[in-house]
Amino acid sequence: MPAALRCDSLAKRYGATVALGGVDLEVAPGELLGLLGPNGAGKSTLTKIACGLVRATDGRAEVEGAPAGSAEARAAIGYLAELFRFPDWLTADELLALHQDLSGSEGGPNERSELLELVGLADARDTKVAAMSKGMQQRLGIAQALVGSPRLLMLDEPTSALDPVGRRVVRDLLRELRERGIAVVLSSHLLSEVELVCDRVAILLGGRIVAQGTPDELAQPRGVEVETGEGVRSFPEATRDQVPAIVAELVQSGERVYGVRILGSTLEDAYLEAVGAA
Amino acid sequence: MSSALIVARYALREAVRRRVILVVVFLTVCFLALYALGCAVTFHEVDALGDGSQIDQRVLTGSTLLGLAMFTTLFLGAVLAVFLTLGAVRGDAERGLLQPLVVRPVGRTSLLLGRFAGAAAVCALYVAVMYSAAVLITGISGDWWPDRGVGAGIGLVVAVVVIAAISLLGSIFLSSTANGIAVFMLFGAGLAAGLLGQIGDALAVQTLQDVAKVSSWLLPFEALYQAGLHGLTADTSGITGVIVQLGPFGGAQEAGSGLWVWTVVYLALVGAGARAAFARRDL
Repeated sequence: MPAALRCDSLAKRYGATVALGGVDLEVAPGELLGLLGPNGAGKSTLTKIACGLVRATDGRAEVEGAPAGSAEARAAIGYLAELFRFPDWLTADELLALHQDLSGSEGGPNERSELLELVGLADARDTKVAAMSKGMQQRLGIAQALVGSPRLLMLDEPTSALDPVGRRVVRDLLRELRERGIAVVLSSHLLSEVELVCDRVAILLGGRIVAQGTPDELAQPRGVEVETGEGVRSFPEATRDQVPAIVAELVQSGERVYGVRILGSTLEDAYLEAVGAA
Repeated sequence: MSSALIVARYALREAVRRRVILVVVFLTVCFLALYALGCAVTFHEVDALGDGSQIDQRVLTGSTLLGLAMFTTLFLGAVLAVFLTLGAVRGDAERGLLQPLVVRPVGRTSLLLGRFAGAAAVCALYVAVMYSAAVLITGISGDWWPDRGVGAGIGLVVAVVVIAAISLLGSIFLSSTANGIAVFMLFGAGLAAGLLGQIGDALAVQTLQDVAKVSSWLLPFEALYQAGLHGLTADTSGITGVIVQLGPFGGAQEAGSGLWVWTVVYLALVGAGARAAFARRDL
């Protein structure tokens, strides 16, 4: 089975500005990848190349084995841009119907109802886009991206305008999509969101991937703290496996042990370290 | 349904629901009401003057009034064409409207073709209806009908379609405001060149005639409009025919079949240029 998204030495330059400087990346079917990086790191460019909106200067990108931008690749992809707008004269149902026509989906009214239900907009079926809040439009955008049952979903900041309840809805939706085998590339600045839902994270900086792995892999151990009768004792080089030996040694030397805390960095720490802002 | 037809249907619905259409309809109704009043009064005055000259005053009055109506129709049709297309690519991309559509497997060529077909259909229908209304008002008021009314109307319709094509091409390179300004400047330049050509003909100034000829090749909507005007009195002869040719809206150039062939080639070239530019454009 081909990768949902595969990038080989993918590069994009705008004149003298390097937006992407040779990115190698693979997203497996059903995998949820978080794409992190500061503004201008190349996240949106990477997403747009995969969607066929921007042409790569060098390298290669494939969606489900088809060259990015080809009709086959675009048929397999769903996309929600960071800065998007929908025609304000369309209702939610009309917008989804338009995208069904454009994507060749034969899902009909059932698909539209299911998608609106999925993003919590079942009651807004006949509401015009002009009358929707930004959060509702963002959820409608996710429903639009899911029209035609894409195999790969590219979401650029999909929760930026959502309240905590809306974010929870999207998190649950992403987990459900993963269960259905749909790969998702989630570009976001909200590290806590990414940490909660993503299987793997790639951190971009200056158009290059500077770190990637699971959130646990990226979070480095930071030692052990033991609360004793004489105060907190720190063991910065110690790991979780060494805790029993440390505690045994302290007890043997006559100290009273009240608690042990294993320290590890968060995804935020790993991110800040990777982008050099720690 | 083919991809281009889906986009054309979307463009048609968008055109109908935009407020610009209401403005154009309001202006059109106002114009036609004033035009009907003007025709009734003018023909009444002409009748009161009596028929003491060798000039057919009904022909002179009717062709001049309908020529004025054709100019207004061309102008309002151009306004509609420009406003329906000025932001079709770069403007919509900057607002984030275009990307969700382009990502679909519909293809950029179909998207462009559909946008053009939608805008052209709305403009052509509008121009045809307004021109027909003007012909009917003139005919009923003054019992005068143009010599080649259908041909004149087709010239006017195609002229506005050409303006829509130019505006769509411009929308790939320019932002909405810049494109609107650029197309209206081209529109004005084309009309000015036509007037210069008329002055050149009257005064036998070769340079002015050359300027008009070159501009007609570059901006064929002006030549199509002139051909339409010429069709109003194409079969009128004698002193009346000569006088009509001197009038502000009657001194038009006859177009040969070459103009129609060139218009088709021109639209194909504009379409090919737009397709190539859109295909290379990063969104």
